[in-house]
Amino acid sequence: TVVDENGDPLPGVAVLVKGTTKGGTTDFDGKFKISLADGDDVLVVSYIGYMAQEVPVGNAATIDVFMEVDAEQLEEVVVIGYGSVKKEDATGSVQAIKASDFNQGAITSPQELLNGKVAGVQMTNSGGAPGAGSTIRIRGGSSLSASNDPLIVIDGVPIDNEGVTGMQNPLNTVNPNDIETFTVLKDASATAIYGSRASNGVIIITTKKGSSGKLKIDYSGNVSVATVPKKIDVLNANEFTEVLKQRYPNQAAVTDLLGSNNTDWQDQVYSNAISTDHNVAVGGSIADVVPFRASVGYTYNDGILETSHMDRTTVALNLTPSLLDDHLKVNVNAKYMNVQNTFADNGAIGSALRYDPTQQAKDPSSEFDRFGGYHSWLDAGTGDPITIATANPRALLDQKANTSGVNRFVGNAQLDYKFHFLPELKANLNLGYDYSKSDGKTLVPTNAAFMYASGGQYSPYKQEKKNELLDFTLQYVKDLESIDSRLDVMVGYSWQHFWREEYSYTNNYNNDQTPPQQPEKIFRTESYIVSFFGRLNYTFKDRYLLTATVRQDGTSRFSPETRFGLFPALAFAWNIKKEGFLSTSDAVSSLKLRLGWGITGQQNIGNGDYPYLNTYTASQNTADYEFYLPDGSPYYSTTMRPGGYDKNIKWEETTTYNIGLDYGFLDDKITGTLDVYQRYTTDLLNVIPVPAGSNLTNQLLTNVGDLENKGVEFSINYKAISTSDFHWDLGYNVTYNENKITKLTQVNDPNYKGVFTGGIAGGTGNTIQIHSEGHSASSFFVYEQVYNNDGKPLEGVYVDQNQDGLINDDDKVRKEDPAPTVYMGITSKMTYKNWDFSLAGRWNFGNYVYNNVASNSAYYAGMYTTTGGGYLSNLNSDIKNTEFENPQYFSDYYLQNASFFRLDNIMLGYNFNNIKNGAISMRVYGTVNNVFVVTPYKGLDPEISGGIDNDVYPRPRTFLVGVNVGF
Amino acid sequence: CVGDLDTTPIDPNTISGADVFDDPSNYTKALAKLYSGYVVTGQVGPAGDADIGGIDEGASQYIRRYWELQQFPTDETINGWADGNLPKLSYMSWGSNNEFISALYSRIFYQISICNEFIRNTKDTDIVVDGLSTKEMYNEARFLRAYSYWHALDLFGNGIPFTTEADGVGKFLPNPAGKLNGPELFNYISSELRAVEADLSAPAPGAETGRANQAAAWMLLSRLYLNAESYGQPAKYDSALLYTNKVLNSGYALVTNNQGSTYSAYQTLFLADNNTSGSEIIWSHNENGLRSKSYGGSAYLIHASIGGTMDATEFGVNGGWGGNRSMKTLTQTLQYKSVDDRNLVHTDGQKEEINDPTQFTEGYAIAKFRNKTRAGAQGSDPTGDFVDTDFIVFRLAEAYLNYAELAARGVAGASQSQALNYVNALYTRANVPVAEHLKASEVNVEQIIKYERSRELYWEGLRRTDLIRLGQFTGGAYVWQFKGGVKDGASTSSIYNVCPIPSSDLGANPNLVQNPGY
Repeated sequence: TVVDENGDPLPGVAVLVKGTTKGGTTDFDGKFKISLADGDDVLVVSYIGYMAQEVPVGNAATIDVFMEVDAEQLEEVVVIGYGSVKKEDATGSVQAIKASDFNQGAITSPQELLNGKVAGVQMTNSGGAPGAGSTIRIRGGSSLSASNDPLIVIDGVPIDNEGVTGMQNPLNTVNPNDIETFTVLKDASATAIYGSRASNGVIIITTKKGSSGKLKIDYSGNVSVATVPKKIDVLNANEFTEVLKQRYPNQAAVTDLLGSNNTDWQDQVYSNAISTDHNVAVGGSIADVVPFRASVGYTYNDGILETSHMDRTTVALNLTPSLLDDHLKVNVNAKYMNVQNTFADNGAIGSALRYDPTQQAKDPSSEFDRFGGYHSWLDAGTGDPITIATANPRALLDQKANTSGVNRFVGNAQLDYKFHFLPELKANLNLGYDYSKSDGKTLVPTNAAFMYASGGQYSPYKQEKKNELLDFTLQYVKDLESIDSRLDVMVGYSWQHFWREEYSYTNNYNNDQTPPQQPEKIFRTESYIVSFFGRLNYTFKDRYLLTATVRQDGTSRFSPETRFGLFPALAFAWNIKKEGFLSTSDAVSSLKLRLGWGITGQQNIGNGDYPYLNTYTASQNTADYEFYLPDGSPYYSTTMRPGGYDKNIKWEETTTYNIGLDYGFLDDKITGTLDVYQRYTTDLLNVIPVPAGSNLTNQLLTNVGDLENKGVEFSINYKAISTSDFHWDLGYNVTYNENKITKLTQVNDPNYKGVFTGGIAGGTGNTIQIHSEGHSASSFFVYEQVYNNDGKPLEGVYVDQNQDGLINDDDKVRKEDPAPTVYMGITSKMTYKNWDFSLAGRWNFGNYVYNNVASNSAYYAGMYTTTGGGYLSNLNSDIKNTEFENPQYFSDYYLQNASFFRLDNIMLGYNFNNIKNGAISMRVYGTVNNVFVVTPYKGLDPEISGGIDNDVYPRPRTFLVGVNVGF
Repeated sequence: CVGDLDTTPIDPNTISGADVFDDPSNYTKALAKLYSGYVVTGQVGPAGDADIGGIDEGASQYIRRYWELQQFPTDETINGWADGNLPKLSYMSWGSNNEFISALYSRIFYQISICNEFIRNTKDTDIVVDGLSTKEMYNEARFLRAYSYWHALDLFGNGIPFTTEADGVGKFLPNPAGKLNGPELFNYISSELRAVEADLSAPAPGAETGRANQAAAWMLLSRLYLNAESYGQPAKYDSALLYTNKVLNSGYALVTNNQGSTYSAYQTLFLADNNTSGSEIIWSHNENGLRSKSYGGSAYLIHASIGGTMDATEFGVNGGWGGNRSMKTLTQTLQYKSVDDRNLVHTDGQKEEINDPTQFTEGYAIAKFRNKTRAGAQGSDPTGDFVDTDFIVFRLAEAYLNYAELAARGVAGASQSQALNYVNALYTRANVPVAEHLKASEVNVEQIIKYERSRELYWEGLRRTDLIRLGQFTGGAYVWQFKGGVKDGASTSSIYNVCPIPSSDLGANPNLVQNPGY
């Protein structure tokens, strides 16, 4: 009997008599029978992924063989674009993360699996809502206005990351349980094969495949409780009453507005939430010829903001038959997902901080009967709600129903044919299809006070997307032994079509709920990418490796003159370990130097699919113009608007230089990589003011400016303890990245400040950030606060930078930026006999956040507003520190250091491996996610994508227990 | 498959510029956009697919931006919103990075660009579409371009970037019209208006079509010449009188009949159905609460003026934004007479004196504009968000006052007695007792501009231009509360008579020169 490392029988293992071709394979129970002749005294037992063993037979009638996993062999191959290479032959900065290294716990989105695992990769989720998406940045952003998202390739299908309406996260197409590996391509020499979409790195996701052999059923399930980690400090009812009475003495009109309750509005909107997740996967081989894997997953996810909820069902099927004597390999993937969302109104998060704490959610007073009993601020004259007053947070949750349903299918069929007459030549055809359809609507009844004036709300929306892919490659691999070389040449063609249609409509609740199918409510667009590419891998003496890549990309988004771009890359690697002077070294177990250069592009410019064309857009029927006929009766004319365009718009180009070192010491007890990179983006696409009068807009997205990112990445893995019972692996990675805009305008004007960005809450059109030359993108642009001797900020007193006696924009300074200068990840995994314990955490240093929560609700004048006879608003407790009378939005007091350490998760697990003699394997584990955060930041959570903290859905702390069972 | 890359828009609402005028009905629609450029902010309404970027779409509305710059720095209006650099408008202390000034500048040149585009495409056409000739549309577009160029001249001076239909669409750097106070733009505007005047439709008092006719061109010429000295040009009062007289003689009449309404005749000019108020309105930017939604124009004027104890439903809207109030310099002018229908001041719960501009209750509120019909019904939008009240650009009363001022200036052909008649016709319409009417001895320039124009035309977006013409906008001759940013008002520099060219455009276009002092 042959068994694996867990003691499970291993079918399909080759058993040969050494030195002969005599032998067979093991059956489903791992058993084999072999007749031996005299002298046949040694068996060779081998299986893919395991170390081959030679077993002396002697006179034994039964032999038990324990196979050991060949770690090197498992890691050997890494996926790169349109193919794969042996890891030791990889020339680019490529890092693969396998399922066994993924983060564990209450994970519903794929990107959470590798958060903090890869140097140079930074992920910030958009908050704690069920199914929330993340911002992924690889080595900082290379663009300002164009997309900075990496290209994501799932089983060979590049997906468009513009997202799907009603689904918050484009990556949610894949159930995390189905993922086998993530491969992150970081430098241009690795990504250039994806040409114009590769400037921000590429993440390749490979899903699990079936294997030949016996049927295997795996079940995994968990239950988790999400809790509210922290609340924002606001005035309580007593404090609020006291302050109000003090500020409005003898003004009954104001103080009479106070209620008599003591309500913690945050308690009214948040509660612990229970979620559960179940997955069943079946793998095996149909009739021994068609290996398959099928899985079904179901997730029930409640959010801590009440009424937020997601139900998700996923189905995945993978077939990998080999035909024609293994000359034709087929790989069919089909993934289907259905997501049903209930979005809570996130406005309740802000309202809960501002609603008067002396009121109660439901007020029995009869004046509120019309509004479902919810307390609301009513106009003293009319008794109708005051439109600009804070909405009752509980009413927002209970009376607004925002639901969506999304069906998405991603499938592809890959045919890999090895020519019969020329086995060195392979042809690969990949056909892919990505389809999604979303439906959603928002319903607010007419009695909701917060939408009373507009008669409630009925807004349905729909979206349909169809993306099609055809890739064809030819690959020729030849060992040229005479010159000690190996040649691997690949050429390919790729065609991709993106199409989408959207519909949205808004009306009040009273109106007919069958929305009109007016053509003006429909939006439709498409684009194509057609590409030719090739790659040459040349290996000399097994240790000098050269990769040359070129891709010619054409996009329909640019004019015929500018639409083709050529993206070349070169990489050289030297496997130093294989040199004579190191080959016998025990101290240095692997060492490879990598040099890479490449140019990549960016065509996902975020300005529609026709930015080079003069187009006219019709108005919707709420933006028409009213003419009158001579008799005074009106008629409404649709309008046709010519849009601004740049007929010369073209690719953004990023040139990357990378030097890397992969190392392993002490028999790979210590391994890791070191990379130094520099990336220059030229023809940077940016929305800039066009010279007034020269175009049909005031701002145009055009190629202007340069941007530079440079950084260092270092990772180390240390097998601290490795005994038969006790293993302890430690991993650490650190990234330093510096981002600087080196050019931003067409002309040099020292007075030009830059492009204002980063809109904040409070006022209309206020911005707090700026893109400007010589500074990091999105640097904060603020006044320097002046403090008194007690360290208290003086209201409206700022440093007069130019000493002209005025405080105006010329006195604002660029200070800090939202991106961390240094970020690190750490992982630890210990196993002791059947127990395992692991943890993962992250540090960010030098990232700053503008605390918009405090700046917009910690000023006394905001307590009482006269409109409609008056209403009250609560204050953030930061008022005690500032005592500001009026908002001071541009004070750097609110710009706060948001460096942090977050312990993302800890896990304790136990493996049962002897149930029914090993026929069943089982693992039970418990995790805590978002264990704690250490930070000087004064707001709720320092991890804010974009650096402006404004009523972010809090990230829950989640406790989870789970079980995995394998049959 | 490389051929797949040649795509054209597949959206049902988008047409390639190369094909758009193959469909004759698109001439009218493209012209309608030129008019709606002063009303809505994008192609969705009230928000979405905005025309210009870089500012909140609602706040980018042409008239909202224009009105604030014409009113906030003057003795008539104050606003207390903490929106970025908005308070700098009230304090007359703006700089070249003021986003609200930039947004108006962008609006003006956006409007000029789309006019240029339309003129380019209709220049050589002469067909009749829906009973309208494209030739007339072409001339209307030239009028609208001149109207926006006048805004540019009045606010930013002669140094603004100058383009016509002869310039294409691209990334080129337009040249300035000329040096500050040079004659180029002034001459261009007057010659354009005189060139199209004959080809516009004839004045049609009472048949308010929403389109510009000859009387609109005359009114604009009247304004242009009246203010010639403000633009560094020699006085052109004779020409101003010529075109004022053309308006006065074209059949328009004051609205003196309230048609049975509970509102006064004067008030009916500022109601939801003001398009049928009579024969006084010469040209307006038309709004409709259901079909042309925006957060600017009259919708802004009405919402932003409501606060304190004011009952929004009496204004036909669903609530107030608590922003704009008046100052005692205006309210004392309005309350000078014992009765005056034009005195539409809300004082309940308000203080006349302002200590803190951010408090709506400080400074009397103004109840001039409403989204109510003469019969007292709310405008067409049942939600009360958007309004039907048309924003008046030109009305006959302004021509009366232009005449009175020209007479006061002693311009040959303008009589003092006729001037007195005109001003007193406004008093009569406002039910001011005859004993309190203007006396012949009071017909002087300061009286007409500072008091009579304010009484009749307050909050109609004319004040800044008027005070500059009077020479009392900047400097210390006349101060009002918070002028210069101090409570009791202070002298300000004369640089504020023209606004700065936004630094963003100076950065984009090195051909431009900043106005002095900025």
